[in-house]
Amino acid sequence: MADSQTTRKRAIDVVNASLKKRYAREARFRRVGLGAVILGLVFVSVLFLDIVGKGYTAFVQTHVELEVYLDPAIIDPQGTRDMQAIARANFRKIVREPLKELFPEVSGRRDKRALNKILSSGAPYQLLDMVRADPALIGQRVSVDLLVDDDIDMLVKGHIDRNAPPADRRVNDKVIGWVDRLDEQGLIKSKFNTGFFTNGDSREPELAGIGGAVAGSFYTLLVTLLLSFPIGVAAAVYLEEFAPKNRWTDLIEVNINNLAAVPSIVFGLLGLAMFINLFGLPRSAPLVGGLVLTLMTLPTIIIASRAALKSVPPSIREAALGVGASRMQTVFHHVVPLAMPGMLTGTIIGMAQALGETAPLLMIGMVAFIVDIPGGPMDPATVLPVQVYLWADSPERAFVERTSAAIIVLLGFLIAMNTIAVIMRRRFERRW
Amino acid sequence: MTTANTAAADVDVPEIGATSDAGSRPLDDDFRTVGNVRVGDPRMTCSDVNVYYGDKHAIKHVDLDIAENEVIAMIGPSGCGKSTFLRCLNRMNDTIEICRVTGEIKLDDQDIYDKRLDVVPLRAQVGMVFQKPNPFPKSIYDNIAYGPRIHGLATGRADLDEVVERSLTKAGLWEEVKDRLDQPGTGLSGGQQQRLCIARTIAVEPEVILMDEPCSALDPIATAKVEELIDELRENYTIAIVTHSMQQAARVSQRTAYFHLGHLVEVGETTQIFTNPSHKLTEDYITGRFG
Repeated sequence: MADSQTTRKRAIDVVNASLKKRYAREARFRRVGLGAVILGLVFVSVLFLDIVGKGYTAFVQTHVELEVYLDPAIIDPQGTRDMQAIARANFRKIVREPLKELFPEVSGRRDKRALNKILSSGAPYQLLDMVRADPALIGQRVSVDLLVDDDIDMLVKGHIDRNAPPADRRVNDKVIGWVDRLDEQGLIKSKFNTGFFTNGDSREPELAGIGGAVAGSFYTLLVTLLLSFPIGVAAAVYLEEFAPKNRWTDLIEVNINNLAAVPSIVFGLLGLAMFINLFGLPRSAPLVGGLVLTLMTLPTIIIASRAALKSVPPSIREAALGVGASRMQTVFHHVVPLAMPGMLTGTIIGMAQALGETAPLLMIGMVAFIVDIPGGPMDPATVLPVQVYLWADSPERAFVERTSAAIIVLLGFLIAMNTIAVIMRRRFERRW
Repeated sequence: MTTANTAAADVDVPEIGATSDAGSRPLDDDFRTVGNVRVGDPRMTCSDVNVYYGDKHAIKHVDLDIAENEVIAMIGPSGCGKSTFLRCLNRMNDTIEICRVTGEIKLDDQDIYDKRLDVVPLRAQVGMVFQKPNPFPKSIYDNIAYGPRIHGLATGRADLDEVVERSLTKAGLWEEVKDRLDQPGTGLSGGQQQRLCIARTIAVEPEVILMDEPCSALDPIATAKVEELIDELRENYTIAIVTHSMQQAARVSQRTAYFHLGHLVEVGETTQIFTNPSHKLTEDYITGRFG
C-alpha cells in the first residue's frame, strides 16, 4: 500500500517536473508561429505601402485652365458643320492661342515650342471632343481645363527636383517659371484622373490609361470562365462520382496535378503553336488568351471541385440512392449543389490566378502596344498585368506612377475576388 | 432474475446455460445454420449469398427468407457481416467498388442481382433507413417529397402535399412538424431526424424496409418512439432491422437471425432465440459472453 503510494507520488512529481519544459516548448512554438505571421504581414505591408506611395498620385492629373476661343474661321470656315471637316481643323492653333496671350514676351522658335509643350499633345483632341458633343460652342469663348504634358504634371506633383542641375532634369528653368506664373494665377488645377480608367494605352503618359487593359482582362477572363468552369466541374464530377477507380483514372489524376505545376510560359508556347499557328486564331486576341488561361486554370478548378465533392458526406449519397434516385439524380440533385460553394471558391481563386497571369500572354502576342479599347474577344488587346509590364519598361517618370496605379487597380480586383471566395466559403461551409 | 420473469417478457436475457442441452448442440466451430431459414410466404429469398470485399470473404453461404409483414432482426458481434448482408438486399453494396456478391437474392421471384435488373425500381421497392439520420439539407417538405417527385408518384402540388402529410403521419412526426414544413430537416432533433428519414422512405411506398441500426445514434426516448413506429409499420411493410441492442431485437422483431464472422449461425422465432438458443455461439452472445 505504502509502496504504491510512493510510486504514485513519484509519477506526479515526474509529470510536474516535465510541465515546465512542455509549456516552454509550446510558448516557443507560439512565438515562432506569431513571428512568421508578423513577418508575412510586414512584407505585404511594405509591398502595399511602396506601391500605394508611388502610385496614388496617378489618380489625379494636372490640368491648366485656359480660355480658348473656338474660332469658326479655323474650325469650320465653310460653316457647313460637317464633322469630318471639323475633325481635320487645326485645333492645335486654337489651344496655343491663349498661352501666347498669357506670355506675350515669349519669342523665338525654341521658346515658343517649349511654351506650347506645356500642353499635352492630347489637348487639341479635348477641344475636338467638346465641339463634337456640342457644335453650338463654335464661335464662343470657353474656359477649358486642358491636359498638361507629363513633364509638367511631374513638376507640379513634385516628382521633378527643381534644385537638380538643369542638365539632369527634363524641364528647364524658363518653363518652371511659366508654370509657376500659371500657378500663381490659379490656373493650374489637379483633377481626378478619369482618363486613367477610360483611356487605352498611349505613348504619352498623360493620355495613357488602363481602360484597354481592363477591357482586355475582362474579355480574357470571360472566355476563361465560360470554358474552364463547365469543363472543370464536368471533369471533376465525372472523375469523382462516375469514373471507375483504376490505373487509367490514377494516371489522369497524376497528370492533372502535373498540369497544375507546369510553368505558365509553356502554356503560352502551346497556345501559340496550337491556337494561333494550327487553328489560325487571331494574334493578340483575348479569345486566345482566354483559351491559354483556361488550360492553366483547369487543374485548379478540377482539384478544388474534387475536394468539394469529396467533402460531401457519403450519407447524403446513400440517402438519395436509398429512396431510389439514380446515380445521375443523386449527383445532380444532392451532391453537386452541396459542393457548389467549394467549386465556386476554387473557380474564383483560379480566376484570380488567371487575372494575374502574364507570361503565357506574352507568347501569344498580348504584349503588343494597343491603343484602341477592344470591343470584343476577337479584337487585339492586352491585359492588366501585361500593361504593368509594358509601362514598367517605359522610361518616362510619369509611367512610374501609372505602373504603380495599375498595380493598385490589379490588386484591388484580386483582393475583391479573394474576399468573395473567403466569404462564400464561410457562408456555405457545413450545411449538413 | 427468475424464470417466470424471463417467460413473461421476452426482452430479458436468459441466465447462462438456463436452457441448454450440451450433448445435441453444434460446436463453436460448426457454422452450419441452425433453425429454419425458410418460411411459408417469403417476400425475399436469399440462397447461398456470399459477399467479398476484395479478398475478404465477408458473408459466407447465407440462406435466409424474409416473410411478408414480419420484422426480422439481425444481430451479432461487430464485424459479423449483418449490415453487409442487409445492404445486399437493395444492392446498396453496389456503391462499394471492391464489393462482389454471389448467390441469389430474390424479391417476389425476381432475382435482384440479375444483370438486366434496374436498381432504381428495386430501391423504390426496398427502401432503407441508415444508422445515422441523414436528412437532405433541404426543407422537411422537400425531404419527404423528393422520392415521390423523382419517381413521379405524385403529380401536382395537392397530391404531393397529401403524400407528405400521409408519410409524416405514419412516421408519427406530423404533429411535431406540420407548422414548419419549410424549415430545414437538419434542424430537427436526432430522433425527429430519424423519423423524418423513415417518413422519407415510406413516402415512396416501398414493400420492404431495411433498417441499419436505426437507433444507435438516438437517446432512449427517441429510440422508444422509433421502436413503436417499427411495430406500427409492420402492418403494411416487411422490415429487416440490424441492431446492436439485443433488447431492441427482442422488443421489435418476430424472428431473429444471429450472424457470426460472416456466417448465419442461427435463425428462429425471437422468443426462442432469446430464451432457448440452440447454438452455443448464439447463447454466448446473448448472454453477454462476447460481442
